[in-house]
Amino acid sequence: MNALTPKPSRHPSRLRGDRVTLAHGGGGKAMRDLIDEVFTSVFEPAGTEDQARLMHSALQAPGAQLAFTTDSFVVTPVEFPGGDIGKLAVCGTVNDLAVGGAQPLWLSAAFIIEEGCEITLLRRVVASMAREAANAGVRIVTGDTKVVEKGSCDTLFITTSGVGVIPAGRDMAAANIRPGDAVLVNGVLGDHGATILAARGDLALSSPIESDCQSLNALIEAVLAAAPDARACRDATRGGLASALNEMAAEAGVTVTLEDADLPIRDEVRGMCELLGLDPLYLANEGTLVMFVPEKQAEAALAAMRARPEGQGAAIIGYAAAAGPIPVVCRTAFGGTRIVDMLVGEQLPRIC
Amino acid sequence: MRYVQEFRDPKAAQGVLRAIEAVCTEIGCTADDPLRIMEICGGHTHAIFRYGLDKLVPAGIEFIHGPGCPVCVLPMARVDDCVEIAEQPGVIFCTFGDAMRVPGTRKSLLQAKADGADIRMVYSPLDALELARRNPDREVVFFGLGFETTTPSTALTLQQAKREEIGNFSVFCNHITVPPPIRALLEDPHMILDGFVGPGHVSMVTGIHCYDFVADEFGKPIVVAGFEPLDLLQSVLMVLRQIAEGRAEVENQYARVVPEHGNPVSLAAIADVYEPRPSFEWRGLGEIDASGLRIREGYRAWDTEAKFGIGYGARPKVAEPEGCACGAVMTGRMKPVACPQFGRGCTPDTPLGALMVSSEGACAAYWTYGGARAVAAAE
Repeated sequence: MNALTPKPSRHPSRLRGDRVTLAHGGGGKAMRDLIDEVFTSVFEPAGTEDQARLMHSALQAPGAQLAFTTDSFVVTPVEFPGGDIGKLAVCGTVNDLAVGGAQPLWLSAAFIIEEGCEITLLRRVVASMAREAANAGVRIVTGDTKVVEKGSCDTLFITTSGVGVIPAGRDMAAANIRPGDAVLVNGVLGDHGATILAARGDLALSSPIESDCQSLNALIEAVLAAAPDARACRDATRGGLASALNEMAAEAGVTVTLEDADLPIRDEVRGMCELLGLDPLYLANEGTLVMFVPEKQAEAALAAMRARPEGQGAAIIGYAAAAGPIPVVCRTAFGGTRIVDMLVGEQLPRIC
Repeated sequence: MRYVQEFRDPKAAQGVLRAIEAVCTEIGCTADDPLRIMEICGGHTHAIFRYGLDKLVPAGIEFIHGPGCPVCVLPMARVDDCVEIAEQPGVIFCTFGDAMRVPGTRKSLLQAKADGADIRMVYSPLDALELARRNPDREVVFFGLGFETTTPSTALTLQQAKREEIGNFSVFCNHITVPPPIRALLEDPHMILDGFVGPGHVSMVTGIHCYDFVADEFGKPIVVAGFEPLDLLQSVLMVLRQIAEGRAEVENQYARVVPEHGNPVSLAAIADVYEPRPSFEWRGLGEIDASGLRIREGYRAWDTEAKFGIGYGARPKVAEPEGCACGAVMTGRMKPVACPQFGRGCTPDTPLGALMVSSEGACAAYWTYGGARAVAAAE
C-alpha cells in the first residue's frame, strides 16, 4: 500500500527545529523521525525493511523485458516555475524508462540533504514527488537519506532509479531508424532551460515561461497505439534536441534534416536566446521527446500526440535520410543549411 | 516580435539576393576575382553562418571575418593576469560567461574555478557591484571586457561604486575600441579589402562618424549593419552599390537602432571614466596604438591594476601556439579551414587559437556551422 499524497498527521511533529541538522543523518532517533515524518509517511507508510519486494504479472509474460535506469538530479534553484527538483527526479526517471518503450512501475529515491535545508522545503519537494508519481502511475518503494555538512552540496540532491517492463514484441532503439522516417517532437523546445536561466535571478529577466517538466509515459503509450511501428524515442534533456538527435543519427547511421521553420519554439525563448547568444536547440527540456516514426504513420503519431495534454505543441520537424557526412543539418527559411552539431562543453552566455 | 520577423522574411531576402546578383554582374566580380567584404563584428560572422548567408550570396562575394570578437582578441598574458587575481585569497572574480574558456598559459578561468578560485559568471557589471555590497569582507573584481558595446555599462558601474564609496570593488579593465584595428588593417599592405560591414551594437554607442576615415582616407565603403539576415544582405547590397557607383561613404543600414551621433549618455560616461592606453595588444594582430582603454586617475581606487599592482605589459608577451594562424585568418589571408591546426590540434573543446575560443570567433563559427565536417568529408 503506497500513500501517494501526503496526509496531515494526527500527531504533533516529533521533528525539532525547522532545518535539517547533521543529527538528522546520524542514524539515531532524529533520523528515524525525519524519515518517518517526511519520507515514508508520504511514499510507503508501512514496514521498516530496507528493500522493496515486488510482484508484477507483466514481468512473467513471455518475451517481456525488465528495464532499469538511474539518474541524479541537481538543479539551482530547487523550486522553479513549473516544477521543482522532486518533480524533476520523478519525471526524469519515468521518461528514461518510457522512451525505451518500458512501462514504468517502481522508483527508488535517494536524498543528499545539505545541513540547514529547511524541513518545509523538503516536505514540499517530497509532496511534489508523490503527486508526480501518482500522475505517472508509478510507486516510490525504497529510498535513502544522507545529510552532509553545509557547503558539501547545494541544498538538495536526489537520485532516482526506476524499474519498468517492456511488453513482449516492443523494440524501440535508435538502430531501427530508417531513411525516410519522420522526426516528431511532442512540444515546444527549450522551455525548461530558459526557465532555469530566468529563475536563477541573476539575469534580471522576468519571464512568463514555465518548465515543461512532465511525465511522458502515457503520451508514448498513446503514440504507440496509433503508430505501432514507431522506431525510436529519446527525451531531449541536457544538451537539448541537438544532442539527442546527434546521438540517435550517429547510432542509426542516417542524416537528419530539420526544417528551421517547423521547430516549435516560443517567441519568449527565442528572444531570451537572442539576448544571451544561446541556441534553443541546445537548451534542456524535461518534458519534450523526439521520436522517429515511419513516414506512413507520422500523421497518426502526430494526431495521437496532439490529443494528449503533454503533446499540444507536437510537430513534425524533419526527416531522416541516408547517411551523409553530417548527422544533423537544419534548413533555414532562406534555403541555406547549417550544421547542428553536438554541444561543446556548456553553452556560455556571450558578452554582447 | 516587430523588428525581428520582418528581417527574417525569406521572400524579401530573395529579392535582395537578386539585386545583389545584378550588381555583382554589373561590377563583374566572379569567384576567381571576388569582392572582399569584411564584417568586423563577431556577431555578424555568427549570423552569416547561422543563416547560411555565405552560401546564398553569389560566388563573386567573399566574406572576410574581422577582429570583432573581444573574447577572441584578448591576449594570453591578460588571461594569466585574470587567473592570478582570481586565485588570490578573499577575491570574488566576476566575468562574462564566454571569457571563461579562453586559454591562458597555465589555465583558463574555467579551470581556475574548478581548482577552487571563487569565480562567478555574471550578466552585468552591476551584478558584480551587488556582490561587493553583499560581501563587504571580500574583494570583488569585475573583468571589464569588450568593445564600445559593453564599455558604457562598466563605466556607469564604476561611477556608481564611486558615488556609494564601495571600497571592495574594482574593475580589471580590458576594454578595447573598434576604429584603431580597422585603421591597422587598412594600413597593412597585405590586406586587400573592398568594403566593410560595420558593427551595429558598437555603433549604437559611438554613432557612425568614427568610421569616416575608412571612406575619406582609404576610399572604402562601410555600411553599419544590424544582425538579422536581411540586415546583413541589405548591407552587402549597399556596399556593392557604392562600389558600382564609384562611391566610398559611411552609410547606416541599422538606422532603426543606431543614431548618427551615438548615445550621448554612454559617450559621456566613457569619457569620464576611461582614457586611451598608448597601445594595447590584440591576440593575432599584435600591438595597436590607442586601441585599449584604461581607468582614469579619478577612479584609481576602483582600478584593479592599481589595487593589485598589475601593470599593463609587465608580464612578458606570450607567443601564439606553434602553427596557429589566427592573425592570417583575421586579416583575410587565410580561411579558417586552411589553418593546419583547424579541427586537428584546435577545436572548440581544446581551443589552441583565439578564433576558436568564443562562439563568435570565425573558426568556431566555421566549426559549428559546417567547416570542420566539410573538410573531413572532403578528405
